[in-house]
Amino acid sequence: MTQSHYSDAPASSIPARHTLSILVDNEPGVLARVAGLFSGRGYNIESLTVSETEHEKHVSRLTIVTTGTAMVIEQIKHQLDRLIPVHRVIDLTVQGDAIERELALVKVTGRGEQRSEALRIAAAFGARTLDATLNSFVFELTGASEDIERFIRVMAELGIAEVSRTGIAAMSRGAEAL
Amino acid sequence: MSETMSGAEMVIKAMQDQGVEHIFGYPGGAVLPIYDAMFHQDKVKHILVRHEQGAVHAAEGYARSSGKVGCVLVTSGPGATNAITGLTDALLDSIPLVCITGQVPTHLIGSDAFQECDTVGITRHCTKHNYLVRSVEDLPRILHEAFYVAANGRPGPVVVDIPKDVQFAMGQYEKPQSNQHKSYRPQMDGDRSKIRAAVELMANAKKPVFYSGGGVINSGDEASALLRELVRLTGYPITSTLMGLGAYPAADPQWLGMLGMHGTYEANMAMHDCDVMICIGARFDDRITGRLNAFSPNSKKIHVDIDPSSINKNVRVDIGIVGDCASVLKDMLAEWKALNKKPDPKAIAPWLNEITTWKAKDCLAYRGSKTTIKPQYAIERLYALTKDKDPYITTEVGQHQMWAAQYFRFESPNRWMTSGGLGTMGYGLPAAIGTQMAHRDSLVIDIAGEASILMNMQEMSTAVQYRLPVKIFILNNEYMGMVRQWQELLHGSRYSESYSESLPDFVKLAEAYGGKGIRCSDPAKLDDAIREMIDYPGPVIFDCLVEKMENCFPMIPSGKAHNEMIMNDLSDDAGVEIGNIIDQKGKALV
Repeated sequence: MTQSHYSDAPASSIPARHTLSILVDNEPGVLARVAGLFSGRGYNIESLTVSETEHEKHVSRLTIVTTGTAMVIEQIKHQLDRLIPVHRVIDLTVQGDAIERELALVKVTGRGEQRSEALRIAAAFGARTLDATLNSFVFELTGASEDIERFIRVMAELGIAEVSRTGIAAMSRGAEAL
Repeated sequence: MSETMSGAEMVIKAMQDQGVEHIFGYPGGAVLPIYDAMFHQDKVKHILVRHEQGAVHAAEGYARSSGKVGCVLVTSGPGATNAITGLTDALLDSIPLVCITGQVPTHLIGSDAFQECDTVGITRHCTKHNYLVRSVEDLPRILHEAFYVAANGRPGPVVVDIPKDVQFAMGQYEKPQSNQHKSYRPQMDGDRSKIRAAVELMANAKKPVFYSGGGVINSGDEASALLRELVRLTGYPITSTLMGLGAYPAADPQWLGMLGMHGTYEANMAMHDCDVMICIGARFDDRITGRLNAFSPNSKKIHVDIDPSSINKNVRVDIGIVGDCASVLKDMLAEWKALNKKPDPKAIAPWLNEITTWKAKDCLAYRGSKTTIKPQYAIERLYALTKDKDPYITTEVGQHQMWAAQYFRFESPNRWMTSGGLGTMGYGLPAAIGTQMAHRDSLVIDIAGEASILMNMQEMSTAVQYRLPVKIFILNNEYMGMVRQWQELLHGSRYSESYSESLPDFVKLAEAYGGKGIRCSDPAKLDDAIREMIDYPGPVIFDCLVEKMENCFPMIPSGKAHNEMIMNDLSDDAGVEIGNIIDQKGKALV
């Protein structure tokens, strides 16, 4: 039965992952407004990064990765745009092949042969070694989320103690700026 | 030139500079400095309400009937939390408000101080924007910016939360050259190529219908005038949402009446069967669309809205135009006049004929009575006896509100103040007080139910204090009528808790407040009693005892489409057991 006052979810549209870049006034509570909008309207945040990018103008840049159907993504963009401190919202995913990078810190513990294996893998992934003790390493890896996922999967075999990830920072290719 | 003054004085000075004449409020510890600053001037007049919710609704009535920004002043903690319902109401109905709330001193914020609450946290989701003022240097800018944000773009409520130490702090006040926000710039003008495409679509329509809403009222008188001009020029029929009543005159032959859940048969059928829908400043609310996947299945849809997030939110449209109604309507008119090939009026003749047959169904007809007052009859008589006085009507929420929308006829914008989006019982009396404040010499009537009116009854005291001659016209059926109607339709007539037990004697109540009370239960005496109410120079509570079991029809039941309305028992569908029409899934909806 579809006799609902409200529309059924359109069966044909498939949720897709979108990366949004948002320029906001860096003022108290702005992150709460953005995060509250997602929670209040039932949208999903997969990753969120935020930092002030233009100190003189007090403008921050947020990068949010979210998942939804085309209609939901359109609503998210419009709803974000409604927030008064929001300057611009850009969907990098519809703009095309954006550059997306994430930084991860991975602490690996172990002894003996495992240690040299961990170092070899880190070298293969291009990770830097930030800290080393007799029974641990802390690696830094910057890359696409998939590369980081792969690195973590491999390192998990050798004994990961802790992972910290920044979430995605993203930017469109080419000369055009946000 | 800047002046040195306290934060509290800045609040009053900024109000004066904004041209504010009236502010609705209630004092308390955290706003005492502002009340003190108010004491030394008489440009901004304060109206003391009896509950903060009343202050916000009064400001809403003031704003919606005058086109100005409504102002509210309340204290911290309970003052702010009591204002929440009103703020949410204003957000959903796009009413421009600036609400000043007191806050505990900056150094006590977060310490669970006396009468402390996280006002900006609590009101974040029920305001268009809000501010916590941390320093007196920021206060002048924020105060003026608040008025800009409230009134521009899609209007809405703005809260400015001012800690008590900031109110005492001395600072420099200067009236800013512009009160614009640094980055907030709503789009006023529509995309001309989209407007051209929309007009092309309209010109080739065979079954067009205009569907207008509260956005036209918010846009101002010019928008209503332009809408009338465009509708008359095209010759197309027009319907409106609850919030949009009055933008197009109800006496006009092109008017179809209100649409939606309790809209007219002809309006809903026209929406369902049209081939081109022109939506101006309405938002495809669920009370309007009925079952979404059966909503106007064969039409191309044009949507004009100042809020981009309203477009394609509930209903996919073919042409979405972001812009202010007045600006877009002006461009639409220009494009229509510039059409190369003038539309043939004969093309829509069959459509107009079809609409005539729907109108002939006379969906608002009801079974009259010589012994009891039918609520529909009461509204009809109220309209007939007051229409020459250009009255302002407010309502509470429920059956009486829908009957008022159906049987009272509005010829001008800003005459109809009702809680649409939030559906707030208790809205009508304070809104009438605010409306009367803005229009001292006009007739202001709150059409009420006996249950709703009790929710903010205390504001009768405000009406008496300020000699505001508001008329409270209660359709008293001793039930929360709309709840009772839904229980009849959906829950086997099990009237759980919907009977208004232990009602006060409204006549005595009016007298206790210092107003006048009138009671009427005889249809033959109704006209004289209404005249007595109108002629009385002070506030009146009119206790109109009406038929208790009357239901409000037509009605699109939950989970049904526009062409599946249920009609009253005068129509051919009489005798259908309504409870059986609505399926389980429909019952789960509101």
